[in-house]
Amino acid sequence: MHTTDRLSLNVNFIARFSAFLFFILIVGVSSLRAQEISEDAEVIAQGEQLFKANCTACHRINERLIGPALRDVHTRREIDWILNFVKNPQKMINSGDEIANALFEEYQVVMTAFPFSDDQILSVVSYIKAESDKPIEVAVATTTAGDGTVVEHGMPQTYINVIMVGLIVVLVILLIVLFLIINVLARFLKEKELDEDEREVVEQRLNLKALVRSNAFLGFAAFFFTAVVLKTVIDGLFTVGVQTGYAPTQPIAFSHQIHAGQYQIDCNYCHTGVRKSKSANIPSVNICMNCHSAIKNIPWTTNPSPEIAKIYQAVETNTPIEWVRVHNLPDLAYFNHSQHVEVGGIECQTCHGPVEEMDVISQYANLTMGWCINCHRETNLNTRGNAYYDKLVQLHSEVSKEPMKVEDNGGLECARCHY
Amino acid sequence: MEKGKKTYWKGLEQLTNDPAFVQIERNEFPEKLPLKDEEFGASRRDFLKMMGFSVAAASLAACETPIRKAIPYLNKPIEIDPGVPGYYASSYINGSDYCSIVVKTREGRPIKIEGNKLSAVSGGGTSAQVEASILSLYDKERLQNPTKNGSPITWNDLDKEVMALLSSISAAGGQIRIVSNSIYSPSTLAAIEAFKAKYPGTEVVTYDPVSNYGITKANETSFGVAVVPSYDFSKVKTVVSFDADFLGTWINPILFSKEFTKTRKLGSGKKDMSRLYSFESNMSLTGANADYRIAVKPSQQGALIVSLYNVIASKAVVPTIGGSSSTNDAISKAASDLWNSRGNSLVVSGSNDPGIQTIVNGINSLLANYGSTIDLGKSVNFRSGNDEQMEKFITDLSSGSIGAVIYYNCNPVYDYPKGTAIAANISKTSLSVSTSDRSDETTSVVAYQAPDSHFLESWNDAEPIAGQLSLSQPTISNLFNNRQAQESFLMWSGNEFTYYDFLKANWEATHFANQSVETELQTFWDKTLYDGVFVPAVSVEEKSYEFTADLNATAQNIKGSGSGLELVIYQSIAIGSGNQANNPWLQEMPDPVTKACWENYLTVSQAHAVELGIVMSEGNTQKVDLTINGTTISVPVVVQPGQAQGTIGLALGYGRKKAGVVADDLGLDANPFVEVKSGIRNYNITSGVSIAATGEPYRVAHTQTHHTHMDRHSVIQESTLAEYKENPAAGRHFPKISTSTGKKQPYEVSLWEGHTYTNHHWAMTIDMNSCTGCGTCTIACQAENNVPVVGKEEVLNRREMSWIRIDRYYSSDAEHGDLKALEKASENPEVTFQPMMCQHCNNAPCEAVCPVAATNHSTEGLNQMAYNRCIGTRYCANNCPYKVRRFNWFKYHDNRDFPENLSMNNDLGKMVLNPDVTVRARGVMEKCTMCVQRIQYGKLEAKKEKRRVKDGEVVTACAKACPTNAITFGDLLDSESKVSKSLRIEREDNHMRWKEERAYHVLEEIGVKPNVWYFTKIRNKEA
Repeated sequence: MHTTDRLSLNVNFIARFSAFLFFILIVGVSSLRAQEISEDAEVIAQGEQLFKANCTACHRINERLIGPALRDVHTRREIDWILNFVKNPQKMINSGDEIANALFEEYQVVMTAFPFSDDQILSVVSYIKAESDKPIEVAVATTTAGDGTVVEHGMPQTYINVIMVGLIVVLVILLIVLFLIINVLARFLKEKELDEDEREVVEQRLNLKALVRSNAFLGFAAFFFTAVVLKTVIDGLFTVGVQTGYAPTQPIAFSHQIHAGQYQIDCNYCHTGVRKSKSANIPSVNICMNCHSAIKNIPWTTNPSPEIAKIYQAVETNTPIEWVRVHNLPDLAYFNHSQHVEVGGIECQTCHGPVEEMDVISQYANLTMGWCINCHRETNLNTRGNAYYDKLVQLHSEVSKEPMKVEDNGGLECARCHY
Repeated sequence: MEKGKKTYWKGLEQLTNDPAFVQIERNEFPEKLPLKDEEFGASRRDFLKMMGFSVAAASLAACETPIRKAIPYLNKPIEIDPGVPGYYASSYINGSDYCSIVVKTREGRPIKIEGNKLSAVSGGGTSAQVEASILSLYDKERLQNPTKNGSPITWNDLDKEVMALLSSISAAGGQIRIVSNSIYSPSTLAAIEAFKAKYPGTEVVTYDPVSNYGITKANETSFGVAVVPSYDFSKVKTVVSFDADFLGTWINPILFSKEFTKTRKLGSGKKDMSRLYSFESNMSLTGANADYRIAVKPSQQGALIVSLYNVIASKAVVPTIGGSSSTNDAISKAASDLWNSRGNSLVVSGSNDPGIQTIVNGINSLLANYGSTIDLGKSVNFRSGNDEQMEKFITDLSSGSIGAVIYYNCNPVYDYPKGTAIAANISKTSLSVSTSDRSDETTSVVAYQAPDSHFLESWNDAEPIAGQLSLSQPTISNLFNNRQAQESFLMWSGNEFTYYDFLKANWEATHFANQSVETELQTFWDKTLYDGVFVPAVSVEEKSYEFTADLNATAQNIKGSGSGLELVIYQSIAIGSGNQANNPWLQEMPDPVTKACWENYLTVSQAHAVELGIVMSEGNTQKVDLTINGTTISVPVVVQPGQAQGTIGLALGYGRKKAGVVADDLGLDANPFVEVKSGIRNYNITSGVSIAATGEPYRVAHTQTHHTHMDRHSVIQESTLAEYKENPAAGRHFPKISTSTGKKQPYEVSLWEGHTYTNHHWAMTIDMNSCTGCGTCTIACQAENNVPVVGKEEVLNRREMSWIRIDRYYSSDAEHGDLKALEKASENPEVTFQPMMCQHCNNAPCEAVCPVAATNHSTEGLNQMAYNRCIGTRYCANNCPYKVRRFNWFKYHDNRDFPENLSMNNDLGKMVLNPDVTVRARGVMEKCTMCVQRIQYGKLEAKKEKRRVKDGEVVTACAKACPTNAITFGDLLDSESKVSKSLRIEREDNHMRWKEERAYHVLEEIGVKPNVWYFTKIRNKEA
């Protein structure tokens, strides 16, 4: 007991002492770089955004890709070195910087120069530091968890289901009770003396043939049949031109699963128009070449990929790649990506589905007008921090307690999409 | 309906109450379906054929949806983002017309032209021709290759052959001529200098399709400077115009309209406006906008100007001059107004007679206008053609003394009176080259065609007015195998560099070297390119000019009034000199005054028509034989109220033979009738003119009386300045509606609950005092909204598609119903222009009758039209009180029956279409959307930047194009917006009232509550 106490005291002491040392170290390091690497959540968030939009094409925190894994890069390199290198890697190499040249030797690619401000680069480093401080397993776990965005809706639907089930149960009980009452009454009547007419009524048997032949039954059957046929036809007609699941063969077997899923390249990196234009834009070949000037192989092997070779062929022959359009809206409908993504804050997956899981891209939503309208009815307007909506939100809150929907801002009007 | 003080009429058939017209005007759609029997009467066989085909087509279509490709760039240019428009400042340089512009591009193709606000030469305005020139870029009739005698040749071979010929001609001491319209590009002139240095026998001959050389010549005799001066209409208090259509076609109408209307705006404390006197023969745009219009014969002009001089001279106490003079009340009134506003007045004349112009100079000199409203230092370089040089060239050409001739972007065979002589004698040269970018009458007679690029594909610079520079930059790469003409000149002079390098080097040596603001050439260049215009710090030196002409001697040569019929040859607003004749938008644009389109015609006065036995109704007219000095042509007649007695008018620009599928053989060529008097072109033919009726019936496509109803006095509300000063609401019509509780204002009575707007409330105001009727808005709308061209036949069927039209109303002070007085009034009526488009009514009659709710109201005040919902019942059009809805009677796109609809019937033409606007299908209704695509774009940009829409950010195409800012568009919920301020909006518990007294709704009494307000027309005349 005594020894253990001592031991625990020792351990305690050691722990405290090392904590103290660690604190000194931290304070020392942070006093050195306090103005540079921030632990502010906002800065880290900004860094995360920048990192995901610009760096993930070549870098991972824990994994070597086109460029080195960036875990603990802030401890490996001087901050000034990072700043200079990000801004102009070629200049660093030319200046004869040892580390830069060693990296070039190792990776055989010069990193793209990013014209970021010091603050922006530091925010990225802050993000890397924050990520590095997390244990590796946890980091992986959070990413997978982060991907599975569950959209919760249909609460009224569950209510309706409960009510329906309840009603059916009540009806069944009612039927059983009625049947029992009839039986009891019939038995009671049988024991009585009855005249001919009354007996006929009491001993009435269900005549199936007569029932089937009865006008009422035929009429009902005919109505039911017509209704079902009509409903099927109308439903069928509504699917004309609806191309859900359309997954044509593309000229290059490009896999979103590998690029967006496995390598987690941000959608914006390739689809450059999505935040500023009506079209998200299919990436031009020069965007592919940003990475594929270095990546030539089938993943995890050393065999040159015939699919990647098609990109080189396009460059060499100066012919653009003719992709097959998957999402086709009719000419009479105007759709603007930037309105939905930049202003509305809608995730790409909301309309395009789990693209990061699609090996071959396919149409996810049915892209019918009903689908558009439905979403405009259900979706809350993304008004936060947007001065355009301030007065509207105020006016809306005066008349309604519900959050403002797209519909409430004229989102169902013809001339929003048809002109 | 309450009767107004005045009677307004749109056409003579309406004035005379022609029975056929009365019947037809009651119907929105004058014909019943089916349209044509032979077209729709399908036989049983046809039915089976169609049946079989549709079954086959349907089953084929069901198999697989068509595969649509998406082809991204190989290397995306950094400045292009598909779906995001780009804007580039450039210059419209077309013959001797100039405008500083901003070009909108989408995916690297220009789709719309707008004015450049930074320019002092065009003041941010455009004209119909400038707006339409975007379609000329995508015209398949442009030359697509260099050719030799009509067969394609490579540029290399062409250069070799041309240079060999030039060298041999030059070596033999032969004469080389470069014939051109005014050249006002300093770098082009430098390139030509390089050419001259290599080939010493070279001389440049410039002429303008429509000559102003009389002014140049007069200034030479008056002041010793042979220039066309700058006129400043923004300072004027009194303008007297003798046949100078400065609001339509004279010298620089875009700027003149802008400046002149500035002096006509009223409101916000400004209660003064300028006064315009117009002495003219044809009813021009200027005359139509004049406070006092006096119809005179061309031969009277000189005498009137002399007497105007004399009246002013007696006021100024200087000696009067002799010569024939004729005075009238208008002259003495004009003279006293001019004298009272001396220094702030202008006398202008459209005459090309140097004598008359010299006396006009004398008057302006007496009025001290030089240095104030006229600036001789700022010469207008784009009107610097020299008729005498051209005459000498034709003489030399005919005598065979010219070895080589290069026609630099000009078409003298068509647009010079002696064109036939040029064509006939071209074979006397050993080398003839044309650089026109399209085939025309001249390119077809020269040996080599070295096609220039379109101005939207070109690098260039310009000095349209001395001291005002601008740049042109390509907004698309060459569509065809063309080369800039300047590069050809450089190539032939042995300088093998691109014109871009030459241009930049030239600017480096001149303007960059002479400025001190920017230190780096690239920064200077980029900034100038971005602005589009550049004004050197050391601009033109101030100089005083002394009037030295001998007026007495000049006046002696001015002849008195002639007695015979006189012909006035004029330019129409849409077609002008005719170099864009193959542009269907311009061909279908109704003339602002006659409202006729697709051809030219002889304008005659009402009395003259009666003499000839012609009654015009609904475009039904007759052809007459017009004889001019022995040449007779057969030409249709249009009866024109206001045409001076004893005169007839004929427009230039028509009768093209080699212009292309649209323009060929439309109308008649008036150029051969232009006289050349002592080396100067004269457009007033005062002798040897006669016409004879032939009785041959003919139909002229008129939009004049389409979509209109007479007897609606609340449509045009006008007053005079004196009355306005007393009561700003003068001329307003306040209808009252009788109800069970007494008479009420129309807006107090409604079946509807009305709309409440919380986000935006889009509205428009139109100042009828500013609107000159020029029609620029109609073409801007056509370009912005993919409005099809339907062709003459369909216009005759009253099926034109324009979303915005300019209604032209004639009126007189005669008592309402006094038909005798009205008839006399038609000799010289007053004119009012009223742009009319969908009024976006808050109680819209169209919305209530649509059985499928295809037209309905938005939460922002727009009356929306969903084409894909429309089933074509046309109830809405029948129920529209403003007649602004247009029905697609046919499929106008991809239809060989409408070859003139260039923008929708071939792949090249389709490049002009606005990708944000649907091309409408057959059988649907369409109408003005208030450019909803621009509204949506403006809102989206604001949302992205997390702010409200700023006033002026969202502007409709018509408002943007309007050179006089007559149309204002904006958000009524924005209390700082121009519309709100001009209407002086006041709000009180959700009720909106406008306090501006001049603002009114057309047809207020029917209570439809439009979102478009009009401001009363105020004339500056004495009662």
